[in-house]
Amino acid sequence: MPTINIDGIRVEVVDDTTILKAAEKAGIWIPTMCHSEYFEPYGVCRLCSVEVIRGKRSRIVTACNYPVRGNITVETNSEKVKWLRKVIMELMISRWPNVKVVRRMAEQLGIEKPRFISLERNEAEDACILCGMCVNMCNDVVKASVLGFAHTGIKREVVLPFGEQSDKCIVCGACHHVCPTGHIKMIVEDYKGKTPELTLGPKSAIYVPTMQAVPRIPVIDTESCIHFKTEGCEVCSKVCEPQAINYGMQDEVVEIDVGQILVATGYDVFNATKMAQYGYGLLDNVHSSLEFEMMLNSSGLTSGKIVLKNGKEPRSVGIIHCIGSRDTNHHPYCSRVCCMYALKFAHLVHDRTSAAVYQFYIDMRAFGKGYEEFYIRILDEGVKVIRGKVAEVVEARPPHDGQGGLLVRCEDTLAGKLLEIPLDMVVLCNAMEARHDSDAIRKLFTISRSPDGFFLERHPKLDPTATTTDGVFIAGCAQGPKDIPDTVAQAGSAAARILSLISKGEVELDPVRAWIDDTRCSGCRICNNLCPYTAIDFDEEKKLSHVNDVLCKGCGTCVAACPASAITGKGFSDAQLLAEMEGLLAV
Amino acid sequence: MSFEPRIVGFLCNWCSYTGADLAGVSRLKSPPNIRIIRTMCSGRVDPTFILKAFDLGADGVLVGGCHPGDCHYSEGNYKTMRRMIMLKPFLRAFGIDERRVRLEWISASEGDKFARVTTEFTETVRSLGPLNWRRPKQPDEALLHATAPASTALV
Repeated sequence: MPTINIDGIRVEVVDDTTILKAAEKAGIWIPTMCHSEYFEPYGVCRLCSVEVIRGKRSRIVTACNYPVRGNITVETNSEKVKWLRKVIMELMISRWPNVKVVRRMAEQLGIEKPRFISLERNEAEDACILCGMCVNMCNDVVKASVLGFAHTGIKREVVLPFGEQSDKCIVCGACHHVCPTGHIKMIVEDYKGKTPELTLGPKSAIYVPTMQAVPRIPVIDTESCIHFKTEGCEVCSKVCEPQAINYGMQDEVVEIDVGQILVATGYDVFNATKMAQYGYGLLDNVHSSLEFEMMLNSSGLTSGKIVLKNGKEPRSVGIIHCIGSRDTNHHPYCSRVCCMYALKFAHLVHDRTSAAVYQFYIDMRAFGKGYEEFYIRILDEGVKVIRGKVAEVVEARPPHDGQGGLLVRCEDTLAGKLLEIPLDMVVLCNAMEARHDSDAIRKLFTISRSPDGFFLERHPKLDPTATTTDGVFIAGCAQGPKDIPDTVAQAGSAAARILSLISKGEVELDPVRAWIDDTRCSGCRICNNLCPYTAIDFDEEKKLSHVNDVLCKGCGTCVAACPASAITGKGFSDAQLLAEMEGLLAV
Repeated sequence: MSFEPRIVGFLCNWCSYTGADLAGVSRLKSPPNIRIIRTMCSGRVDPTFILKAFDLGADGVLVGGCHPGDCHYSEGNYKTMRRMIMLKPFLRAFGIDERRVRLEWISASEGDKFARVTTEFTETVRSLGPLNWRRPKQPDEALLHATAPASTALV
């Protein structure tokens, strides 16, 4: 291994390591402006120039792309190097005097005023400094090869092919991300059906689905990931030290044998576009509750800041309850959780902004432990609470205070007044509804749904976690709208039920079973194929059918079909049913 | 006194019976003419039960099962469906109007459907009039008086 002596510090490196990397190992800073670890060194800014001394000969090289072979001595701070850097920086600052990265670098290198006057002086703060990072990103990393340099000398510039928008561009934004001056911008406009605007969702193509995900492993959104578009990038696998990223992974179906199943499939959020009067999806700054929750999340897109679409802080926020719930046109039931999270929203808006907060409610249902106290606290904080269903949310015309905004029309039923309130932002408390695929799930487990669409429990009071199918349990919002404490309680109860069966090691069966009277069975085998559980065997020796007590579920289909009346359904025998009928029809 | 039809309802434990329960819990109005017998599955309903019910003095029989594909026991309701089709020629042969037997799919969540179906069916049977297939046994006055104290003692 060659030993390299940088400014008197000796570092051992493997062959072909660049001087820049070796200097990093030695803890020596070398200025760079066009270098990135993600693509091959480009050596265009020349700032990383250092002096290499081999024997008596010395020469200036760029540290970023000079591979070390054999023992060499490097000077990163010699007079020659300093002079060279000064000239380069003076040339840059004279051409782009207002670009922040250039100014900062010039300051670091101690340049106050350049000696030169550039003919191509560009005073813009976001001027292109021709570092080539975007071109290298697009070519080497993204592998879309859309950006390139045109012309030479002072006319050199970064261009798209023929100066036009290219079909090869996948609008990944990598060039924008890497541009040190902000010269490349993502513009909000429809381009190839994509609008790169502020959306509340995952920020990158690789992300952990939720902070509570189990296992907490990132997933790749193959529709957005650059690698799946151009086969390039692979930045995530380069930075992943344990080499855990595998782009070749495919979805697979795994079959697991289980004895019990807990169905906790959750809920869907009511689609507020169905209630056009509230302007969701039509007006800016009208958010659904979960979108607002994402905005409040400190690890979300806005880092927990409550902002309008134009980036400003709202001056007033309205929170509208019961969107789609307690409404016979949509869901007649109460979603239960909205009142409390609406109060939480009000508290957080009050906490993080100076905005006035309005609550529009039908009935305030602060039903849990400590909830009413929280409501009182919100009232004390000065949140304006208006009892009445909002009629509509419209665009304020003319815009109030000279700025765009929203107008909420409602009735204050306590004061008996019609109100028009100008607001900057509106948050809708969407109803919780049964998941769109809950009917398929219901069929899969042969369980039932209540009229509201949620899964039906075996008994609302005595058995709220079990279903009519043995071994299938339900918990959480799959059973009905409920808040976190209730969900945890129900889930705990369901888990305990499941564990008790596991620890017991045996299952108690209902005594309702079919039973074949050997003396009457003619061995006709009609019942054999009728049984959906194949619980009826045929004894070839005795020429008799026989019911397997463990498999039989007691439906009675075979009982009804037996031509010899040899099968009896215990608990529902012919004699019992006839007696019932006689009793029913006696009067 | 106007004619009040007597209808026997064989209801599946998992769907129609629960649906009837739901209709009650939801305070939906349903006629008292339906006299319900719970079975574990509509597949338990032997066609002879229906004839027996008519024999015992019923004017109509309702069979309630799960919607196709929803049977708690996979496919019991399909068997009921086939048996009901098989029963029809027999009803004709006995001179019983086919409309006196009705098969309905009522799920556990369809309390409103249960109320609607029972109301409709009661009206249909009412319009068809009493079956009089076989006169119900006249209650023996003496027997009634004899058993009354015993039954009250049980209560």
